[in-house]
Amino acid sequence: MLEVSKEAIFDRIGNRLEEIRQRHREATSPEAVADIVVQVLSTMRGDLSGPEAALLAEVEQIGRTIAAAKREIAALRVEDIKQAFIPSATDELDAIVEATAKATHEILDSCEALEGALSVLEGAAAEAAQSAVTRIYEACSFQDITGQRITKVVRTLKSIEERIERIVATFSERLPVADAPAPEVPTPMQDPAASLLNGPQLPGNGVDQAEIDRLLASFD
Amino acid sequence: MDKNINVLIVDDYKTMLRIIRNLLRQLDFNNVDEATDGAQALSMLRAGNYGLVISDWNMQPMTGLQLLQEIRADAKLKHLPFIMVTAESKTENVIAAKQAGVSNYIVKPFNAETLKEKIEKVLVHA
Repeated sequence: MLEVSKEAIFDRIGNRLEEIRQRHREATSPEAVADIVVQVLSTMRGDLSGPEAALLAEVEQIGRTIAAAKREIAALRVEDIKQAFIPSATDELDAIVEATAKATHEILDSCEALEGALSVLEGAAAEAAQSAVTRIYEACSFQDITGQRITKVVRTLKSIEERIERIVATFSERLPVADAPAPEVPTPMQDPAASLLNGPQLPGNGVDQAEIDRLLASFD
Repeated sequence: MDKNINVLIVDDYKTMLRIIRNLLRQLDFNNVDEATDGAQALSMLRAGNYGLVISDWNMQPMTGLQLLQEIRADAKLKHLPFIMVTAESKTENVIAAKQAGVSNYIVKPFNAETLKEKIEKVLVHA
């Protein structure tokens, strides 16, 4: 087997690039350069020594990995993540904070009313009831803690969104136009009514209990 | 211990303000005002006559730590007892608060007994 020096390889690649430049008289894209390198190396396959052939195989594998990564990034449909998934997740989390705050204030309303009524009690009964109310006050501080934790999760989601935007900006010129197939979303079960399973709705998106009652009554 | 002092509680969570106010009432502290961030608290403290501050740490635009630093730098307020009540429970937080001159530090979630104990401690030494 003939061994080819690095200089010879670089010369061949350089000559091909010069030919392209002469032909097109314009800047050559990185993709075109990559194609030329692959073409030149493939024509030299028979001239390469064992280690060089192994190196070439490694280079080809890296190229395939990069191409696969590009296809996967295109298939991610980053605009969906940015415009729908993350805003929807943060809205849901905000709704959790709002709902727990509302529930906590209702519990506190009841406790305050209970404390007012405790004045008629005396002795051990009054003490036990007061102690129970105090424990409810203490337990209600969960809302502050969960609120802070959820705020941290929202910040993390926004950080992920920013990173996705940066990836999109970096690859936007090199990604194939978003005609890539959408990633398959695994479905836990094949239920014909699965499309009706949307989980709790945000305020304003669903109907309230009074409307549900009216709707049910209309069937009577 | 004088329970007729004016107490200022500072927290950006209204639920927490309400809980602390109720617990203070059970301890017979009935003169309680509320602020939702450090800046609002500072102007209330400068305008009023308070004997105790119970403040959260994580607030905007002025944090509890910044409020504490402002209080300790103010000739009129610098000896005011200040209890930090916060979910920030890392050692470095406690150290930073201590270095800034905090009178006591309560980590959330807390119970009424802890609040009572810390208040008694700081007011006895005030």
